[in-house]
Amino acid sequence: MNMSWALVIWLSIGAYAFKMLGFVVVGGRKLPVAISRCLVLIPAALLAALVFNGTFTNGQEIAIDERAIGLGVAIIAAWRKLPLIVVVIVGATATAFLRAL
Amino acid sequence: MKLKLDPEVRPVVTSALALSGAVGVFALAFGVLAVGAGANVWQACALSFFTFTGASQMSAMSVIGSGGSVGGALGGALLLAGRNGVYGLALSPYFGGSLGKRLLAAHFVIDETTAMMTAQTNPRLQKLAFWTTAIALFSLWNLGTLIGALLGSAIDPHTYGLDVGFSAAYVAMLFPHLRTVNGRLAAAGGALVSVALAPFVPIGLPILASGLVIFVGLRPAQPEVAQ
Repeated sequence: MNMSWALVIWLSIGAYAFKMLGFVVVGGRKLPVAISRCLVLIPAALLAALVFNGTFTNGQEIAIDERAIGLGVAIIAAWRKLPLIVVVIVGATATAFLRAL
Repeated sequence: MKLKLDPEVRPVVTSALALSGAVGVFALAFGVLAVGAGANVWQACALSFFTFTGASQMSAMSVIGSGGSVGGALGGALLLAGRNGVYGLALSPYFGGSLGKRLLAAHFVIDETTAMMTAQTNPRLQKLAFWTTAIALFSLWNLGTLIGALLGSAIDPHTYGLDVGFSAAYVAMLFPHLRTVNGRLAAAGGALVSVALAPFVPIGLPILASGLVIFVGLRPAQPEVAQ
């Protein structure tokens, strides 16, 4: 496991730097429209990447296993607009159930 | 203590508290998942206190949990944190005040405070919305993380499917971004890149590389799909 305090510290510094950059340094100036149109897409691109990478890879191998079913269940729950915690619980529980079989 | 709130203030405060309660529950999930991915209780709490931006914290921990390096975890997490910079741009005109106050307020510039503040129409309520949301949400986010991390230390993450818990949380966070054509293209592109690159580059890098698909935002303006 590669978890370390270095990650905590660097991520905290970096996250604060971004918050401050827009808020304090750049101030009232506006970004070009084309750039803001791209920046608003960051969450969509990265969240989708985290979902698919986290579900269909195992280290550096592409893999399809119980996680895919768990994800499917979670997608249905999210699509039905259930609260985030419920989506997490049904996704994890479905996966746990399949793993226990 | 008996508070008599004026009619304008009341809805702002109640929605800030409701939102913060919901986020506190999400913090529980983060605490459990972070510990499952290899953080100790203190590291999980420090992330919530000092990093204080949920999606980045989750992203960093899921890359670590799947065996990625610190660098790989940082890349995607910082890219996600970058959007707070954009919120800062939007909120900046609302904040006068001293540099010290702005530096403090900056720590609380996240999805929820931005949404709450920009939903208000007059400067007094905007400030109120920002600070009540900031204080309530920050408190519950940290409390939720601590409880979640303590709970998470007591269970085996693989047995309980917690690895999929991460993906499930992202799915729930992703749905609101799929309302526009560009959002859908970015999500589809990000998903494809993140899996297709996996066999060829170090763990964590496919997440970062998927950030490149945001350039679909450069294509000419299209009428947005309303859902």
